[in-house]
Amino acid sequence: MSGAEAGYLHLDGLSKQFGATHAVQDVSLSVRRGEMIVLLGPSGCGKTTTLRMIAGFVEANGGAIVLDGQSIGGQPPHLRGMGMVFQSYALFPHMSVAANVAFGLQMRRMPRNRIAERVAEMLRLVKLEPFAERLPRHLSGGQQQRVALARALAIHPKLLLLDEPLSNLDAALRQEVAREIRILQRDNALTTVMVTHDQAEAMAMADRLVVMREGKVEQIGTQEDLYERPATPFVATFIGHSNVVAGTLSDGSLLTLADGTALRLVGRYAGAGPCRLAVRPERIILAAADGGGIRGRITLSTYLGATVEHVVRLGEETDLVVRGPTLEGGATRRFAVGDPVSVAWPLAGEKLFDNDDRPLPPQSGAQAEATIWENGVTNNA
Amino acid sequence: MGVLVLAGVVMIFLPLVLTLYLSFFDEKLIIFPPRGYTLHWYLAAIPHFGGALITSLEVAAIAVSLSLLIGVPAGIAIARRRFRGRGVVSTLLLAPLTVPGIALGLAIYVLAVAVEERTGAALAGSFVVLAGAHLLITIPWVVRLCVASLVNQDEAAEEAAASLGARPLVVLWRITLPSMRQGILAATLFAFIISFGELEMTLFLVGPGMTTLPIAVLEYLKYHIDPLISAMAVLQMLVIGVALTLLDRYVRLGGIVR
Repeated sequence: MSGAEAGYLHLDGLSKQFGATHAVQDVSLSVRRGEMIVLLGPSGCGKTTTLRMIAGFVEANGGAIVLDGQSIGGQPPHLRGMGMVFQSYALFPHMSVAANVAFGLQMRRMPRNRIAERVAEMLRLVKLEPFAERLPRHLSGGQQQRVALARALAIHPKLLLLDEPLSNLDAALRQEVAREIRILQRDNALTTVMVTHDQAEAMAMADRLVVMREGKVEQIGTQEDLYERPATPFVATFIGHSNVVAGTLSDGSLLTLADGTALRLVGRYAGAGPCRLAVRPERIILAAADGGGIRGRITLSTYLGATVEHVVRLGEETDLVVRGPTLEGGATRRFAVGDPVSVAWPLAGEKLFDNDDRPLPPQSGAQAEATIWENGVTNNA
Repeated sequence: MGVLVLAGVVMIFLPLVLTLYLSFFDEKLIIFPPRGYTLHWYLAAIPHFGGALITSLEVAAIAVSLSLLIGVPAGIAIARRRFRGRGVVSTLLLAPLTVPGIALGLAIYVLAVAVEERTGAALAGSFVVLAGAHLLITIPWVVRLCVASLVNQDEAAEEAAASLGARPLVVLWRITLPSMRQGILAATLFAFIISFGELEMTLFLVGPGMTTLPIAVLEYLKYHIDPLISAMAVLQMLVIGVALTLLDRYVRLGGIVR
């Protein structure tokens, strides 16, 4: 990622060590003006530390942070002009809602009447005008969250930072607030970096996502990039669900599992040796056993309303989760536990990763437009 | 269970009730039953112990204000900053709690005499040493309560203020200190109660014409046993009781004395 790119915020090889732990290792990222970036990953992946380095609360051990052409790495937080919304909201408990929103403006020595105007404008924006004189503790969680947002936006921040902004809200409220934040962010073209561990939340709010794991960036991309073209098996399982099957690749398209069962893949691949196959449950098509494809047996069948989930056992010990839409006319389950079935998937649904978790692209050629029925099972004698 | 609770309540309150009862006896000695009841012991208590009471209040006032001046910043530093020697400072500031009052008093007295011999400064039995010793035993409480009040507070509020443009001193003044209000109040009252009731350490440090109230009461008891002492004890309990009631209104005592 070069610095010459038309980015507004650049992280360049950002690293942070706490004692012997590498909390963040060599994170590079370029954020466009007005873009909403979501850092996503399990707890301890370094996403929060990265955000805190951008805010200035944590000093980086290495790398640079460049905002609008200026390196801000050594700047203390109070000079960075960023609006941050904390997971706990971090409202000032002894100040009224209006005083909370006014705080940043007072720090900027804005004249009193202009502060009053701006506070009123912000409270109108988050629909909290009637609560201006209340103390934060007398507000609901959702209202407190909006105060925190208004407080951060009041100062016209150069960057909006959101640290797990929805995690303390009721599940019912979460989607609504997520939409509100997203609309606000779009309408005001706020360059935003958000941190979350919830992939659904991240998918719903981001322009682009950064998946992190153990301090490193696994993949940066749009929702489609991550879902359709995962860079690692971790991304394939963390974004949505994937069946991941370990085996040994031989003959370009034969994957042999630990129990000796061999699967004929749709694509042909260069290379051989230990590999991992990732296939999404909704990309797998189930058919009666007399068709082509890979043979298996249904071990679980669950009706979930919009979808039906089947678990299919291949060979001795490998389970594939298969999800499909329920059919009209009440024929909800086509298969019962114990039924022999065959499974197949299109080439685009098949992701193969080598031993270093790097994706193996299928070789171009006749197979690229393959029909879904071309894979099959060969049981070693 | 109920019996134990009752026994506990009786054991705690019986001496208090008895003291209150005795303080109204119209007798020179404590004799049951008294000839009659009177309030004159209360009237006599003030002129008799007034000087000592004032000394006690002066010592407490100085110890409390200085321990706040030192203990509040120390508490903030210990709770919020990561600095070299933080553990040592924290241990040092809390250490006086672990030394028995008698030992502390003796040590301070010996030190004061030693310094006095070398320099000629009249230290032993001086007000400065007395107030300084009280400062020593009140600081641990102030530090402890301040640290406790900050540990329970969300540090993110201070970070939020910084991100909104507040310089570190502004954060301290507008966010940190207001959020410690209850802790500081509790520390003030605790320090006062500790200083006001201190006896063992102070025994070594009082001088002629400068006696604190607990010591004046002890002195009086050497030669008299009459209801005057009961009256004084009631007055003293009243002062401490008012302080504790105030304290309990602002902070949950149970949360601090664990």
